[in-house]
Parts: sequence; C-alpha cells; structure tokens
Amino acid sequence: MSEPILRVSALSGRIAGQQVVEDVSFEVPAVGVTALLGRNGVGKTSTIKSILGLIDRSGEVHLGGTRIDRMPTHRIVAQGVGYVPEDREVFGTLTVAENLRLAERDEQPRRELVQQLFPDIHARRAQRAGTLSGGQQQMVSLARALVNENRLLLVDEPTKGLAPRIVDDVADALAEAARTVPILLVEQNLHVIRKLAERVVVLSGGRVVFTGEASELLDDQDRIQRLLGVHDASDVPAADGHDATGRSAR
Amino acid sequence: MSTVVLLLITGLGLGALYFLVASGLSLIYGLMGVLNFAHGAFLTIAAFIGWEVGRRVSDGTWWGLLLSALVGMIVGAVVAAATEYFLIRRLYERHIEQALITVGLALASVALFEGIWGTDPIYTAKPGWLTQTTEILGAKIPNDRFLLIACAALVLGGIVLFLQKTRYGLIIRAGVESRSMVTALGIDVRRSFTIVFAIGGAAAGLGGVLASVYYGYVSAHLGSVLLIFAFIVTVIGGLGSLTGAAIASVLVAVLQQFANFYLDGTGDFVVIIALAAVLLVRPRGLMGKAA
Amino acid sequence: MNRQMTDAAPTAHGKEPRPASAPTSRAAASARRPLLIALGGIVLVVVLAILPLLAIEIPGVLPGPTYTPGTLQLLAYAMLIAALALSYRMMFGLAGLLSFGHALFFAAGAYGLGMTLNAFAPAEWPSELIFATSIGITLVLGIVLAATVGALALRVTGISFAMVTLAFAQAGSVLIRRNPGSATGGDEGLSLDITNVPESFVGVINTRNLYWMALAVLVFVYLVVLWVERSRAGHVAEAARENELRVRVIGIRPYSVKLLIFIVASVLAAVSGMGYLLLQSGASPRIATADFTLTILVIVVLGGVGYRWGAIVGGIVYTLLDQRLTALAGSDLIAGLPAVLRVPLSEPLFILGTLFILVVLFLPGGIAGIPQRIRSGRRQHPVEAEGTTDA
Repeated sequence: MSEPILRVSALSGRIAGQQVVEDVSFEVPAVGVTALLGRNGVGKTSTIKSILGLIDRSGEVHLGGTRIDRMPTHRIVAQGVGYVPEDREVFGTLTVAENLRLAERDEQPRRELVQQLFPDIHARRAQRAGTLSGGQQQMVSLARALVNENRLLLVDEPTKGLAPRIVDDVADALAEAARTVPILLVEQNLHVIRKLAERVVVLSGGRVVFTGEASELLDDQDRIQRLLGVHDASDVPAADGHDATGRSAR
Repeated sequence: MSTVVLLLITGLGLGALYFLVASGLSLIYGLMGVLNFAHGAFLTIAAFIGWEVGRRVSDGTWWGLLLSALVGMIVGAVVAAATEYFLIRRLYERHIEQALITVGLALASVALFEGIWGTDPIYTAKPGWLTQTTEILGAKIPNDRFLLIACAALVLGGIVLFLQKTRYGLIIRAGVESRSMVTALGIDVRRSFTIVFAIGGAAAGLGGVLASVYYGYVSAHLGSVLLIFAFIVTVIGGLGSLTGAAIASVLVAVLQQFANFYLDGTGDFVVIIALAAVLLVRPRGLMGKAA
Repeated sequence: MNRQMTDAAPTAHGKEPRPASAPTSRAAASARRPLLIALGGIVLVVVLAILPLLAIEIPGVLPGPTYTPGTLQLLAYAMLIAALALSYRMMFGLAGLLSFGHALFFAAGAYGLGMTLNAFAPAEWPSELIFATSIGITLVLGIVLAATVGALALRVTGISFAMVTLAFAQAGSVLIRRNPGSATGGDEGLSLDITNVPESFVGVINTRNLYWMALAVLVFVYLVVLWVERSRAGHVAEAARENELRVRVIGIRPYSVKLLIFIVASVLAAVSGMGYLLLQSGASPRIATADFTLTILVIVVLGGVGYRWGAIVGGIVYTLLDQRLTALAGSDLIAGLPAVLRVPLSEPLFILGTLFILVVLFLPGGIAGIPQRIRSGRRQHPVEAEGTTDA
C-alpha cells in the first residue's frame, strides 16, 4: 500500500475570525476517490480552502512528501493540485479556450485528452464562458483541472444545481479522471458518491466524525441518517431500470 | 451648428485626456482593488521630466514633443511600478491601507514638486501647428485636440491588444473577475499587479505630457485637478472596465463642454451631479461588475 | 463576491488571523482605570486653560511664550483642527465610514456663519442676539446639509460612499469658488463681518478669548464624541463596522445608526468651522477642498484611528508641524543644507506625507497605538472596514 497523496493533520481554518474548521485530520490515498461528506454548512468547502490556503489556516498538510501548509496558494497548486471549486467559477468574460489556456501549467498540456473527454466544450471553445449553461461551465471547470498532469484533484460539489442527466455526465467524467489521478471529492449527492467513492470522511461541526470505506457508511441507513441527515433512496433502481448502485461495478 | 461641432470635438479631445489618466485607475482598481490617489503624481512627474528633457534637446518642435512623450511614458511606468513594488505590495489585500498609502504619496510628492519646480505654473512651448486651428464644418478646432484624440486612440488600442493577445493580458482579464480563482489555478497574480501599475503609469505619463500641451503649462498641481475628473470618469464608467472608462471619458467631457457653454460655466458642477446621480442609481457604473 | 473571498485569504505565510478581540482588550484596559483617565483629562484641560496666563516657552515649536497672541493663535488653531480630527475619527474610526467630503461641513460651518453674519442683521435686534441667532441658523443649516448628504450617500457603501461624499464636497468647493452673488468671496476668501460679533472676540488683544473659545470647542466636541461612542448607537455602529450581517440579524438597521453618526460628526465639524471663522477672522476656500479632507484623514490615521486622543494628538502635531516648518525652512539651519535635503525638508506636507506612509507601513495603530504595541508586541488593525462588495 503506497503512501497517501494527501495527509491532513490538525487542520484548522478561520474566516473573518470565525473558526470554521477545527482540528481535522484525515488521509487521501494515492489512488481512487475519497469523498468528503457532511451536512450543509459543516465545513467541507472550508476544509478544501484551508488545504489550498485560500483562507486563514493552521495545522499540517502534506502533499506526497512535501509540506504545503506554509505555502501561498499558487505555489501549492503548482505542486500539482487541480481545483474544481464550488459554483464552478469559470471566467465569464473569457472564452472557453481562454479559460483552458489560462489553466495550462505543464510544458505539454493534455489538450487532446481534454478534447476527447469534453467534446461539447471543445466545440464551443470560442464561446464566452459566461454564456454557457451550468453543466457546460462545470465541464469547463473540470477540464481546467484535467489539462495538467496533477497529483491530486480537489473537487467541490461538482453536481450542485445540475439536472440529473448532466449529473451523470459529470460523474462519468470524474470516474474517467479517477483512473489516473486521486480525487478528494466533496459531494452531497449520494448517488454520485456510491458510484465513485472508495473511502469517505464525514465532517460535523467542523470536525471529523467518521472515516472508513465507502461501503461501511453507505450500507448503513442509520449511519447515513445520523451523519448526513438524509434518507438515502439512491439504492432504489431508477424508473428507467438503470441500476443506480454502481458500487460493485467499480 | 458649428458651435455644436466645436463643442463635440473639443469635448472628444478633453475626453481623450481624461481617458489617458482614467485607463490606469480603472485597471488598477479592477484588478487589485486599490484606489490609487497617487496616479496624479505619476502624471505630474512624467510631465515635468518629459518637459525638462524635451526643452533641453529641442524646445518647441515636434521632435522635442515626441521625446517628451516617450520620456514621460517611461518615467510614468517606472515610478508607478516602483510604487507598486515597494509600497503597495507590502499591504497585500489590505485595501484601505493601500489607498491610504497612495494618499500619503500624493501629498508628499506634490509638496516635493513644489519645492523643486516652484508653485507657479511653468509655461511650455509647443510645435507651431498645435497652436493653430483647423476648420471642420464651420468650427475652428484647435489642432492639439486632434493630437490628444489620436494618442488616446492609440493607447486604447495598445492596451486592448495587450489584454487580448498576451498571456499577462489574459491573466489580468481573468484577475479582474476573480483574483482568488487565478491564484487557485497556480498563477502568481502579484506579478500582474506591477505590470498593471506600469501600464497605468505609462498612460498617465503620456497624459501628463499632453496635458502640458493642452493647458500650455506644467505645474505641481497638474495631476490633482485631472485626477478628480479621472476618478469621476472611472466610477461612472465602472471600476475595472477599460471600455467603460473610454465611454465615460467621452460622455463626461462632452457634457462638461456643453454645460460650460450653454449653462454659464457650470461644467464642473454638472459633472459632479452626474457622478452623484450615477452612484445612486447604478452604483457599479456603466460597465462595472455587478456586486 | 471576489473581494470578500480574497480579503479573508492571508498571504499564507503563517500570519496570525487578525484578532477580533482588539476592541475588547482596549475596553477592558480602560474599564480598569476610568477614574484615573477622567482625572487626567480634567487636569489637562485646566492646564490648557491657564496657559495664556503663563510664560512657558518652547523654542522651535512655539513662536513665543504662551501669553503672546501669536502663540495663542497657533494653539487655538491647533485645537480646532484637533476637534475636527476627533469628529472625523468618529465617522471613520468608529463607524467605518470613509468619507472624502468631511471638509464640506467644516466649510459649511465657517462659510455659513460668515455669510449669515453678512446678510442677517435685523436693525432692531441687539448685537448679541443677532450673533447667537446666526450661530443657531448655521447649526440648523449644518444639520440639514448633513442629513441630506448622509441620507443620499449612505444608500451605498464602501468606495461608492467615499465617491459620493467626494462629489458633494467638490460641488461645495466649486460653488464657493464661483462666488454666486458675491456671497462667498470666491478665491480670495470670505472676511468676517464684525458688526455683530461680540467685542471680546475681535482684535488681537482678545486672542486670549479666542483661545479659550477654541478650547471650549475642543472640550465640547470631545464630550459629545465620548457620549455618542459610549452610547448604544455607538456600539451598534462599531459592531456594524466589523460585521454588518451580524447586526442585521439582531434586527437593527445599520443605516439609521450610521446616518446618526454621520450627522453628529458633520455637525461637530461645522462647529469647529464656526470657531475657525472667528479665530481667523475669515474663511479661505482651501478648507472646502478634497485636499483638506485628505489632510484630516492623514491626521487621524497618523494619530491612531483606534483612539480618541490619537486624533487630538494628530491634529495638534500636524498644525504645529505645518506652521513651524515653514518658519524653520526659512532659518539658517535649513538654508545651509545641501539642496537634496533642504528642498524636501522645507515642505511641511512632504514630511507629513512621508511620515504618513511610514506609519501606514510600519505603525498601523498610529502614534496613539505605540503604547499598545509595546505592551502586546503584536500588530493591531483598529479599523476593519473591509466588508464591502459593491463597485
């Protein structure tokens, strides 16, 4: 079993003096998808931002062998971290192509890969990103993270506000990406988590309350109710007969 | 009719001057959130040094003017970049303190200029053609207006090209939308800050030299007067929008000319009222980002 | 949205998050010694009051011993500027309202009283009544002006607010210069019409009385500021400066409180302006310019935006510096220096500006913040007005 790609120890984060992440510790293995879960407002996005240095933070964060918690954000990202933020944050006044070009860091950016994965986006490359639909913007945001050969992807609620069909597309893209790069995925959508995640870390009140294999959490309805506050209906087959579990399919 | 033409074209000329100063202000605020009160100082020092060099080499000729303009642009760019690097950068993300420091710089530099060059305006010589007029549609337009308009158009074109075609231009355009996201893509956005200051400083420097042509003199307070109008134009156009600044420059200047002529010299007043009106009805300006 | 996100982001070199507890620790400190401070204040006022009767000399700083009109004039002017700085500190430091138009109200007080005294003189009324009524009229006009400008300007926040106040002040400045109906004296300034001014305020021999008037104005302004800042309104304004949302959630509308502070601060500025008119026997259009407001801003930050007495110290130090440096510049000492040093040092504003830059860079608490820094050994940021997102 190889070294984890990300090791977070006693990470704390503050926004405007308010503590939003408190003494969080977990690891992300160098392969596969780890899901960061929890109810709304519990500190998931803030944890991601703390790792990236986008908010005030203290504690230790190691990326591979390198300690990154003292570095400024751009240097952390330059170490090989791809970030897909909540609410996508594409640059609306720039074209799709410009959004992607801006993100390119490597000597040989993986343009063909991105073209293959996101043919629709490639077709719209001269279009201003602000005029795209939510799903298309999400693809641009994902593409930005995939155009470089990153060591880790931090993906924050990629399916938020998207129609179910687009949710599936995004999940497929993520699954494809996960074959070559580990992902720390913040998600509310249990269906997507079932499909993608091997490990889960659950937060509550800014602290870690559960870590383990995805199945340990997702097979246990009580646990789901308790930790995530939702009733999970995602293992019921959808109307079109497509089995939504996907767990064993990995 | 000829009056209207005169007012329109001289308004366009004045607007060109405003734009040269406002372009830098708008970009600096848009990208960095810094209200640069020292922008007038960049303008003034560039005007003084440009004039000193120009008159020593070739006073009152086109060659002298060209030299003044080039020197002015370089001085403006260097002083601005130095300001950003040594003063502004230390206060990263502390916008009020950054604005305050530019206030201090403005105060100190005007006093310094008065000490060096005195408090009285110094009259400048210019090439003969600029003192003459050309007749268009019955209106006699002073030729220096044409020079102003041409320069402003060139600067606008130059900056737009830079923004659209270069990597730093791309970074700046993205950074105006979201500094943090640019950083989150692994780009050190602070380098662009110096560039933006330098560009703004160069444009202001050119504006300073041309202002000395337009007004016929240089003085320590040259920048302060223009700065207020530049701020007004920047706010009306929308902080951070270059095209907004361009459009607002023309609108404000033309409004000012018409008000001065038809409303008994109240041009200044009318412009200020326009600013207050815009701020209360549409705080983000013509083309600024929505809050 | 962008600004909120990035303002929360540090340079991420392990900097400590800004302490939200700074006001509390100051409050705790002053709660421990309120009596001592009040006593000290009273002693200070008494000392200042008897200065004109003494013959204290501070060569280089004061133009003469403290009983001479020249020195008294200078000290009185310093106190009026200090009062003005106090009022601005309440607006900016307490309520977080960065106004670029404060000079407008100072000028409104000066020019208002001046124009009223010129124009308003019903023949049957005794002099004293006319004078008192003129003051009353000016105050009322000041309140109306402040309410109007404030009500409009506070509809927006942050930079837009600053720009609206700048616009109004510029309009006032332009209006004064245009000299409509010869009422303002235009570029040459307005002279005081002494017909109805009490004799004790007129003439060089009475500089002493004007000094005491200025002291009274300073004490009055200080007490009003203290009262407002300690009141509920003051606390709400301070809370709103830190975090608007938190205040709104409790159900208080920050707008009304801010408007109140704005009006009070502006009227206090007008009061200082009236004192200025009497002291200088006239008003100069310089006091309505944006430069003047910026000078006041510089004074307040220099003195220390987190402390009342910082504004007072700043005002007095600035005035003394301003007046004395010009005299010093003409002296043999400076004249003997090489041009590189002599030229900048002869310009008081250059020194002020440079000092200001240094303070902003290295001493964010201002002069008044030095004891605190020595005590805590930490950086303090007394004003956290960065929460705005518009423009």
